[in-house]
Amino acid sequence: MDAAPILRCRGLGKRFAGVHALRSVDIDIYSGEVVAVVGANGAGKSTLMKILAGVLTPDSGEVFLSGQSVRFAGVRDAVRAGIALVHQELNLADNLDIAGNIALGREPNRFGFLDRKAMHTQAREWIERVGLDLSPASDVSTLSIGRRQMVEIAKALSLRAKVLILDEPTSSLSMGETSRLLMLIRTLANQGVAVVYITHRLNEVLDCADRAVVLRDGQRVAEFSRDQLARERLVGAMVGTIHESQRVELRSTNEKSQARLVVRGLQTQAHPKSTINLSVHKGEIVGLAGLVGAGRTEVLQSIFGVDRRIVGEVSLDGQIIAPSDPVVASRCGISMVPEDRQRDGLMLEDSVRINVSVVKIARDSIAGFIRRGAERTGVARMIDLMKIHPTLPERQVALFSGGNQQKVVLAKWLSTEPSVLLLDEPSRGVDVGARAEIHTLIRKAAHRGAAVLCSISDTEELLLLCDRIVVMREGRIEGEMNIADATEEAITRLAVVGGEDVASHSEAAA
Amino acid sequence: MKKILGIAGIFLVIVIATSILSPNFLTAYNIENLLRRTSLFGILSIGVGFVILTAGIDLSIGGVVCLSGILTPYLLNQMGWSATETVVFIVLMSVAIGVMQGGLVAYGRIQSFLVTLCGLLIFRGLARGVTMDQTQGFQGKFSELRWIGNGRISIPGVEGFALPAPVLSLIVIAILSMIFLNCTVWGRWMKAVGRSPSAARYSGIPVARLQILAYTICSLLAGFGGLLFVCDVGSAQPSDFGNFYELYAIAAAVLGGYRLSGGEGSVVGVVIGAAVMQVLRNAIVLISWLPDTAEFAVIGLVILIGVLADEFLRRYAANRARTQAKGT
Repeated sequence: MDAAPILRCRGLGKRFAGVHALRSVDIDIYSGEVVAVVGANGAGKSTLMKILAGVLTPDSGEVFLSGQSVRFAGVRDAVRAGIALVHQELNLADNLDIAGNIALGREPNRFGFLDRKAMHTQAREWIERVGLDLSPASDVSTLSIGRRQMVEIAKALSLRAKVLILDEPTSSLSMGETSRLLMLIRTLANQGVAVVYITHRLNEVLDCADRAVVLRDGQRVAEFSRDQLARERLVGAMVGTIHESQRVELRSTNEKSQARLVVRGLQTQAHPKSTINLSVHKGEIVGLAGLVGAGRTEVLQSIFGVDRRIVGEVSLDGQIIAPSDPVVASRCGISMVPEDRQRDGLMLEDSVRINVSVVKIARDSIAGFIRRGAERTGVARMIDLMKIHPTLPERQVALFSGGNQQKVVLAKWLSTEPSVLLLDEPSRGVDVGARAEIHTLIRKAAHRGAAVLCSISDTEELLLLCDRIVVMREGRIEGEMNIADATEEAITRLAVVGGEDVASHSEAAA
Repeated sequence: MKKILGIAGIFLVIVIATSILSPNFLTAYNIENLLRRTSLFGILSIGVGFVILTAGIDLSIGGVVCLSGILTPYLLNQMGWSATETVVFIVLMSVAIGVMQGGLVAYGRIQSFLVTLCGLLIFRGLARGVTMDQTQGFQGKFSELRWIGNGRISIPGVEGFALPAPVLSLIVIAILSMIFLNCTVWGRWMKAVGRSPSAARYSGIPVARLQILAYTICSLLAGFGGLLFVCDVGSAQPSDFGNFYELYAIAAAVLGGYRLSGGEGSVVGVVIGAAVMQVLRNAIVLISWLPDTAEFAVIGLVILIGVLADEFLRRYAANRARTQAKGT
């Protein structure tokens, strides 16, 4: 790596409304290496990436591509120069198929007519390269978030980029897909592509990065080469102070209390052939592990009643809840934090107050009338309790960071003291600090007596948060383990291979 | 609040301009007439506001106005019903229409545009069919009932001007609507449904029931409006009674700050919006050099300018908010 860097930045600065988002940042990227850029939310990672990808222009500093000073007028400019950005928010056209999305803007044509065949052939190559087992003609709207992300990466790859920027590409991928992606990144780097990789997940940095650059408050605070990389060092640089102290040990008592939530004979629309039985005790946090598409989300949705057609019964404290309808579920004390908080969790244009109080106002109402005073004090209490920042109840939710938005969704339900808390990827797209806070809040809710069932793709997080882990694969429950017996390897094996196969293998060995 | 100031400003400008351009504008007779028309159309506009709030649309208003306006004198004179029976029937019919249309939208998952467009055709067709296209009138009778539409409430000490009776209906309906939207859980939830139907669903809000409620309120007010309209003018022709009223109502709601994408709007704004529409129509008639036949063109143009100005302001505000937020 003695060659000149393909991308060299000097003194990059950017201000928004007078606040420094980025302050005099220097960074060099070489061909064939994987550089991780890490930092808490608001550290300036996204701003830096947007400057590199031509979305934003810097207020100060210079970018050199292959030694030449460049100033991109827009994304197309950057793409033409060989820099592709896979965005944190998914940017796919819902109404097109996979091939249409990959070829968007540069569709192959014959005499001005769309050459669908060529488009699909070209797309298939890229789909296979990211390891997606899907037809190019699949509609993007039918894909899970994890798979959409893979399509986005395929699209970026198809641009034959010299520099590939991935903004939290694994935030919604399962373990299997993540490791596949990391392998892919390695392969691309070996082929000479420079990969810039933004992530919250330190495991991935440790696994795959050649170098890690840490940003904090818009400044480059540290850089570690491969042999210097260590978790504690990264965390220390990211947060300034060691965050591990926030790991409040509120893990619930192991005594067997009564089962609060019992699911019997549940069949979801996505996997009508398999039957789900599970129970969650009072004060227990149960994690649903599995690959993307294993049917975890569908189980949560069926319990909450969002997924309408459901066979099987759900009972709460021994009472069967019927029929399946979120209105009934919510009234019974079941609550759900959905995976896609922007679409399903929040009214983005409304204020924090409106969002936090939307369920609670009904519980506090007198003859259908909202009690304004109770609403205001309730919201203020939740903002304080959840450490929602900034503490402005009338501010639009859309203007808050991901972690704070997630706290708003949690606050909506926690304010009602639910007896069941269903969480779908509770810390997706949330920075390290907010994640620890969200974990603490979930533990407190369990401590208060809630039965918590959460679907989490990140094994590390599962082990950190849960008392018991249930592993799903292809719509079935493959096995479960107590936290004491759980290991990343065991979870991954169940999720990928399944329980029966493991059993039959060991029998064969015996 | 800012939005109300905007539409109130437009209202003042049009009022001042018209009073300069026409000496007949600020006369007691004309103001009384304007108040009456504004009240009648304002009731329809408040109604459609509920539907627009849930991100739907109701195009059937003109049809419902026609059906109710035709049936009122028809039931009284042709069928010999009493005034009470007739009013109860009109109310029940309007509620039934709303529940059906709302049900098709909420449970049938059919777009509101289609459901209510069909409603518009069906209700007008029904009105024409039942009466064989014959004009229906009160024939000089039922003046007690007609008071709610054409009554005048004299103000002590004021000569030559009396408050039109429909103003009372408008005030009552506007106040009840404001209380519903601002002070009740259902009102808050109705806005939530318009903001994000899926977030509302995931919050355990009864989305379908609230949608049906919105269409029911809208049809009820349209039916009541039709009753007031026919009581005011005395007779109704099935082929053109209430024509385009849905568009006047929707235009007033949009001018008054309702967003067709749902979730936003205020009752006060809608009432001012309805007033703007009526003053405009009045101005076109009064201002001699404006041909009356250009009415639609002028109204269309003014609404377009209003909506464009609003959109422009909204983007400006959103951009500023976003830039400020980036910093934090």
